[in-house]
Amino acid sequence: MKAFTTLTSIVAPLDRANVDTDAIIPKQFLKSIRRTGFGVYLFDEWRYLDQGQPDMDCTNRPINKDFVLNKPQYKSAQILLTRENFGCGSSREHAPWALEDYGFRAIIAPSFADIFYNNCFKNGLLPIALDAEIVDGLFKELTDDYALTIDLAAQTIATPSGKTIAFNVDENRKFRLLNGLDDIGLTLQHADKIHAYETERAKRAPWLFREVSI
Amino acid sequence: MAGKTLYDKLWDDHVVHTENDGSCLIYIDRHLVHEVTSPQAFDGLRLAGRKPWNVARNLAVADHNVPTNHRDQGITDPISRLQVETLDKNCAEFGITEFGMSDIRQGIVHVIGPEQGATLPGMTVVCGDSHTSTHGASGALAFGIGTSEVEHTLATQCLVQKKAKNLLINVNGEVGKGVTAKDIVLAIIGEIGTAGGTGYTIEFGGSAIRALSMEGRMTVCNMAIEAGARAGLVAVDDVTIDYYRNRPLSPKGDDWFMAERVWQNLHSDKDAVFDKVINIDATKIKPQVTWGTSPELVVAVDAVVPNPADETDAVKAQSMQRALDYMGLQAGQKITDIQIDKVFIGSCTNSRIEDLRAAAVVVEGKKVAANVKQALIVPGSGLIKQQAESEGLDKIFIDAGFEWRDAGCSMCLAMNADRLEEGERCASTSNRNFEGRQGYGGRTHLVSPAMAAAAGIAGHFVDVSSWIGE
Repeated sequence: MKAFTTLTSIVAPLDRANVDTDAIIPKQFLKSIRRTGFGVYLFDEWRYLDQGQPDMDCTNRPINKDFVLNKPQYKSAQILLTRENFGCGSSREHAPWALEDYGFRAIIAPSFADIFYNNCFKNGLLPIALDAEIVDGLFKELTDDYALTIDLAAQTIATPSGKTIAFNVDENRKFRLLNGLDDIGLTLQHADKIHAYETERAKRAPWLFREVSI
Repeated sequence: MAGKTLYDKLWDDHVVHTENDGSCLIYIDRHLVHEVTSPQAFDGLRLAGRKPWNVARNLAVADHNVPTNHRDQGITDPISRLQVETLDKNCAEFGITEFGMSDIRQGIVHVIGPEQGATLPGMTVVCGDSHTSTHGASGALAFGIGTSEVEHTLATQCLVQKKAKNLLINVNGEVGKGVTAKDIVLAIIGEIGTAGGTGYTIEFGGSAIRALSMEGRMTVCNMAIEAGARAGLVAVDDVTIDYYRNRPLSPKGDDWFMAERVWQNLHSDKDAVFDKVINIDATKIKPQVTWGTSPELVVAVDAVVPNPADETDAVKAQSMQRALDYMGLQAGQKITDIQIDKVFIGSCTNSRIEDLRAAAVVVEGKKVAANVKQALIVPGSGLIKQQAESEGLDKIFIDAGFEWRDAGCSMCLAMNADRLEEGERCASTSNRNFEGRQGYGGRTHLVSPAMAAAAGIAGHFVDVSSWIGE
């Protein structure tokens, strides 16, 4: 996983609430058995005028010029600014994979759906939840070349007008993201505790530990 | 000291280790695996040279991509086929039990878990699928995870989690005629919104929940995620315990008696404190129909399509207008005037035997309306299909003009060949009415099985409570 430390980037505004993971990456692309290559299909139904298919070459597909990510000024945006309950619905990790593969590293919204929020941290993507009024303020301030600087260690966002906005993130998630650490390796450091739990639990719930084949 | 909620009890029972920021390593009793969210996780294991911590805790089935007819001919779409074959290969390589496509026990992962007794009261249950919340109906802590966590569960039998807050939703009173578990949960989502449960585990209680069968409770918990909560719960009672008697993986002999004693304690203590409590009057719930592109955009069947102009919140009004445009509806239009093109009865929300019976009662002796191009019945598992056939339900459906299919996720998310065409409108018993969910440009109205069946016969939405009275 890519570590996340600081990021300065222009901001793409996606002014919609309740953006679901079906919209972020439609179901037909979930047939892939790979973890990469989803970026070109990010927001496929909003971004293109035709119907996307897995493994399709997107270079000559008709573009929806009104969709924010198709506007030239946002081409290099690595920060997505959006509205509440972003990432709701399906648990598909293909959603953060697509966002990350497209080039986003941070998403700012008033709130996120729980599973999506959790999935972001496994993929070097930083979801930042801010008060709805602050997000609304950012939407109002936003211009074509509007750039924010995010500092994960300091948990701050610096705006072009010189304001500093603080944000919250769990210590544990922050540590893993700052260092780009593999969760499984860290958990396996507790292997003895997992074994001990199993031994103790088998006394309380022996039926869970019987060898049964069906 | 205050008592514990059911969620507190389940959580405390599974903590392996606590980090200094309060996040915990939680032990996972059951991991369900399907073809869509697992290939990259198995790849991850292979790359790191890791083995599953305990293969016996995993159960796999292909459900999202499988065809629901002509199954003997295999999967036509090569990309879908590769994904299902990849699951077969991974399960064989790592020694994980899998119900193959031709196994009678194959079905939707959230249907087969309880059916086999693979998910039991008191367990922690995870699956790379958001509707894992379904299993909470049996007093299990069950939630959906992403693929990285699928890999993490495979490798360590644990997950790093932060405890959610406790939300109690009490649904009290007796529901009216024709009002089902689906209407209860849609009414709840209409009330609290799709983010109303975000950050919480929802316990569903009250006399209307107690009165539900296990199947009904699964429908309610299934859609906890549509209210924003990763997990939904219903306390264990005699209904739960009776359901789990003699399931293939249920405890046997002395284990059963011990389990029964332990499970009796799986309810919130009387003095437990919830972070939030919401009371819903069950007597006021009418059959529900969603009109928009989010499950919270729902009204009673006797209502009209709402007007965005009446909404004071600008962001919400804009979402409503966008939903109306996508759905091809007018504000003020009567719900019962909405004509449909297709009917889908199935999905992990509503494909259990009780759902099929409820639909069969409505369609018996009638015919699908001329304007309805396709009406699908997709049982949740091969065993449910078999049970329905032994009751003669298949004949009722086929005589009425419905198609009787094999088990799978089917048109709930249209990853297989079952889908809506652009602009088509569907009365669907599934769980999500998002744009394009059932097919590119398709329009979904979420309803109960009885309501979907009635809409199929009438060709438009009807109030099934008056229909049943006829």
